[in-house]
Amino acid sequence: MQDICEQYKGLAGRKLCFIIVFVALLLGMSLVALSLGASSLGFRESFAALFDDSGTAHAIVWKLRLPRIIMAILVGCGLGFAGTVFQAILKNPLASPYTLGIASGAGFGAVIAIVFCAGFHTQYLVAGSAFFFALVSSFLILGISRLKGCTTETMILAGIAIMFLFSALSSLLQYMGTMEQVHEIVFWFFGSLSKVGWKEIALAAVMVCLPCPILIRLSWDLNLLSAGDESAKALGVNVERIRITGIVLASLITAGVICFTGVIGFIGLVAPHITRMIIGGDHRFLLPASGLVGGAVVLTADTVGRTLWSPQVIPVGIVTSFIGVPFFLYLLMKKRKEYW
Amino acid sequence: MLQVHELHFRYKNTAVLTDVRIELNKGEILSIVGPNGAGKTTLLKCIVRIFKPDAGRVLINGIETGNMRRIDLAKCVGYVPQSSPSKFPIAVFDAVLMGRRPYVTWKPSKKDLQIVADLLKVMGLEEFALRDFDQLSGGQKQKVLLARAFAQDTDILLLDEPTSNLDLKHQLEVMEMISRMVKEKGAGAILAVHDLNLASRFSDTIVMLNAGKIFCKGRPRDVMTAENIRAVYGVEVTINQDNGTPYILPIRTVEQAEVISD
Repeated sequence: MQDICEQYKGLAGRKLCFIIVFVALLLGMSLVALSLGASSLGFRESFAALFDDSGTAHAIVWKLRLPRIIMAILVGCGLGFAGTVFQAILKNPLASPYTLGIASGAGFGAVIAIVFCAGFHTQYLVAGSAFFFALVSSFLILGISRLKGCTTETMILAGIAIMFLFSALSSLLQYMGTMEQVHEIVFWFFGSLSKVGWKEIALAAVMVCLPCPILIRLSWDLNLLSAGDESAKALGVNVERIRITGIVLASLITAGVICFTGVIGFIGLVAPHITRMIIGGDHRFLLPASGLVGGAVVLTADTVGRTLWSPQVIPVGIVTSFIGVPFFLYLLMKKRKEYW
Repeated sequence: MLQVHELHFRYKNTAVLTDVRIELNKGEILSIVGPNGAGKTTLLKCIVRIFKPDAGRVLINGIETGNMRRIDLAKCVGYVPQSSPSKFPIAVFDAVLMGRRPYVTWKPSKKDLQIVADLLKVMGLEEFALRDFDQLSGGQKQKVLLARAFAQDTDILLLDEPTSNLDLKHQLEVMEMISRMVKEKGAGAILAVHDLNLASRFSDTIVMLNAGKIFCKGRPRDVMTAENIRAVYGVEVTINQDNGTPYILPIRTVEQAEVISD
């Protein structure tokens, strides 16, 4: 029999391979996505337009297609990554970046900006307000769990309560708002990449790229949490601190991307599961890989959404669910029966 | 090497442990016995600081555990829980590798992997190394948890009912492993045990807890007397001495005995 050590290393090598292959795949998908769109710009032309700084082709590629592609990848990565962190620290397979009421917080923020600053609100005001309220909800949860103890049950239940509170507040404002405002609000909740420019990308990239390395460094501790709080403590993990760090950082990532794009819900729940089914539960590999899978799914969804009925664009949040759900269910059925 | 001084622990308003004093020496196995709810598990958790005692001190080689960082404590004391919940799938190898956490920040070294591989081999878990922890039987899971604690490489081992879900052979195997590891390494182990016979056979010292207080402690044959067991468990037993190891045979509960004598 082959040495176990070698076997284990082989397995780890294969996981690393998966990540590298997926990076390449994502690059390839981006190139394909770059050549698809309402205007008939083929693969070669769009690729050439990347480097040729004149003409309409250049403008289409740099102003319309590339920002969407990069933002799609960023959103997917951020939500996939944050989802994995939330599932690990809450030890709950149903946890997602929205479990702690973060999405409804962000939604409420957007609604406030749209309704109260009617007429003169800018995209940044909406995004800023969404970002702020997304963090408000996660800090509310942290406050409650500090008083009551950082158990997963307290956090999840408090999160659900907060979610209902913010949803109700949003509904109230929508009820009071005008037709145009309600239309804008509904559109925000669909989740869309249409209004994204380079500045938004830069901001979102900062919000995604800064917390990620810190969280990846904590992957061992995240692994240990799945062995139970008590075992983790006995193995030297400061469980409360990990939980708070994890929630703060993952909330920052979530808020940082959804404040620009609206609610793209499903991906943060599903990307971690898809990835876990493929490469297992070791967070050192799982975290980056879920980010990549999330990025790939959102990019695919957005590309399909803008080419299917082109020039009509279907909001990415909707297509993500249409593509993600069947794929996820397929994996779920195919995988051995006792996944949990 | 381990001293527990006047330990008190309250849960809400109920005293769970009152004035518990224990001493564990090198190469010694100490078993804590007592009825359900006597405070066995709580005592173990107080020692490893999963719970914070309300009063009293726990000293390891003269250093108070309350002043130690968690990670340093994890290098001194290993803890094997009764069962380990596993919400997400995890490979057996990874489960054991977790025991190296106190020594590893990010990437486990060759040595860490080798330690885990050797332990899996010694404990006969080799063929399950890359299987999912949840797919194992109760006995195998218990062995994996034990292997994790061994991988932690501590001088003191706390085990919460390590044999509770195991069949006869696995019970003996697990107890023999613990015993061997204690004697070979000059380590010390504290076990919370339900099986009085197993405790008598493998321990150097037995502490009998009743309602959070130490009822008596000493060598197995001094503690395992019909009077003590009757007082603590409310059960009538007969005790056979087998090469100096007491063998306990339960007869009936005290209540039942009173009904009969009426």
